[in-house]
Amino acid sequence: MQILIDTLLNSAMASAATALVAIGLALVFGVMRVENFAHGELYMVGAYVTWYVSTDLQLTYFSALVCAVLFTALIGAVMEVALFRRLRSNPVGCLIVTIGVLLVLQTAAVWFAGINRTLLVESPFPGALRVSSFALPWHRLFVIVAAIVLMLALTWLLRRTMFGWAVRAMAQDREAASLQGISIGKISIAAMMLSAGLAGAAGGLMAPIVRISPFMGQPVIITAFIVIIMGGLGSVEGAIIASILYSTFFTFVSTYIDSTVAAIAGLCIMLAVLIFMPSGLMGRTEKV
Amino acid sequence: MRPRSISTGVAIVLIAAAVLLPLVAGDYFTAFGTEIAITVLMLSSYRIIVLTGEWSFAHVVLQGVGAYTAAILVKDLGWPFPATLAAGAAMSALVAAILSYPLLRMKGFYFLMGSFAAAEAIRLLWRKIPFFGGTRGLSNIPAPYLELGGVSIDFGHTTNYFYLTLTVVICCLLLMWWMEQARIGGIWRAIQQQDVLAQSIGIESRTYRRLAFVIAAAFAGIAGVLLAYAFGSVTANRFSLNFALYLMIWSIVGGTRTFYGVVLGGVVLMVFDESLRFAEELRPGVYGLILIAVMLFFPQGLERLLAPIVGGPTKAPRRDVVPSTRSENA
Repeated sequence: MQILIDTLLNSAMASAATALVAIGLALVFGVMRVENFAHGELYMVGAYVTWYVSTDLQLTYFSALVCAVLFTALIGAVMEVALFRRLRSNPVGCLIVTIGVLLVLQTAAVWFAGINRTLLVESPFPGALRVSSFALPWHRLFVIVAAIVLMLALTWLLRRTMFGWAVRAMAQDREAASLQGISIGKISIAAMMLSAGLAGAAGGLMAPIVRISPFMGQPVIITAFIVIIMGGLGSVEGAIIASILYSTFFTFVSTYIDSTVAAIAGLCIMLAVLIFMPSGLMGRTEKV
Repeated sequence: MRPRSISTGVAIVLIAAAVLLPLVAGDYFTAFGTEIAITVLMLSSYRIIVLTGEWSFAHVVLQGVGAYTAAILVKDLGWPFPATLAAGAAMSALVAAILSYPLLRMKGFYFLMGSFAAAEAIRLLWRKIPFFGGTRGLSNIPAPYLELGGVSIDFGHTTNYFYLTLTVVICCLLLMWWMEQARIGGIWRAIQQQDVLAQSIGIESRTYRRLAFVIAAAFAGIAGVLLAYAFGSVTANRFSLNFALYLMIWSIVGGTRTFYGVVLGGVVLMVFDESLRFAEELRPGVYGLILIAVMLFFPQGLERLLAPIVGGPTKAPRRDVVPSTRSENA
């Protein structure tokens, strides 16, 4: 019974973390038509910054989290200004430079903290909530709540503000949006910072739970791509729904059967979606 | 001299240099030369897919199919080298043909992700199924041995194996070069540049894209067989996403427009790779920087730098930089 409760809690947490990463990926694809392969590395950088600020600089976990968000958002802005902006007419070029950024960030993390060190981040919420005989670790509950709050804030931002209106307009039709006086450059920077910041936040939130390593972003980016393809490329709502479905499926299969089987099944699901339902759960119908 | 005769001359000089390599260098560099030759074969076969306008993540795993086929046939059934070579190529082509039915319904980014999903699923199956040796893979693959009319050659010797690899690779390169000059090469280019227009004049573009995918896989299978014998072992990790990324990086840095571009990129980066061995951990980052710099400043790859010397079809710079994956309508 404890295993079932643990698995349910873990699926909820995995859904929350995956959703935070996948939303950013979907947002950037929707607005800028860039497939950001370095997105998983932004998650990794978020975890490293959280570790560095909370242990080496001896600040609190929450200020570390804020630093992680700010730092990854800064990386996002630099990527947009220095790379994507210059390659706007060359979508494949954008995809390829993100692979370059992926390798650079990985190497930077190796150089910064080494490969084989065990990096520990202390959670501000140690212990577990006890409900009758079951234990629910506080930090996992905190990750879920924080992710929901962030997602609600993002929905508000996209649905209720001028900025969100501009972002959605640009996702629909970039040229028409720019004719309406929307600055493509400014919105792109903002979207990229938002997306990177969300990935950084996810990394910071997960830092006390997962093993921090320079290569921790790789499974995350693969999951995120599966999820945004399932949800429909560029659709934020689709990404959230698909995150929940996929993470729950993956957590259950890897707990009760085997993680390799879960990975193979996940890849097959992605392939099936690409073949039979290329627009995903929520994407617009498009010819591929 | 006409550009073509210059490039033929360059090719002959390169081959001569490769033939002389074992005479001047030790075993270590000869083995490294074998690796370069295999990589060149991988890159130039990868370029066939790129010619049709797609980027694939499955090519390295198709190489793995060839490697596993050869390893199993030689270890369990004792097949001779030429038979495993043919079987490896055929098996890779078969797997590619099966994969091409779902995959070629997609284009651009969707094709890239679809090829990744299919390839990674195959790779994980190798790790999972005991028949393929699980995570440890298959090892102790005996080296090829030739005994013909009193002459016996042991290809377990580094130099001999290098010459064997070189011969196979040069034959494959000539075959690919010939294919590209033939009508089919022209059709591939037409599909890459104007897919719809090519269809409108009666070119069944999906059939030709499938053909490109399968032919490229057959050559990748040969490269896989050569790799299996060269290392004496096959593991699933040798065919992971990282190697697929490196293949992509190497061909982009060299440039994919001309035949020598990818070869150039491969040789330059392999040598570079070797010379960075002292800083193993920093290598990926240096690659990343090179990739970014090439994309920003030489979007057509290093071949553009050599174009005035070697010549080739680079006179009119085209609007598209890297073959477009048409993700603008995705």
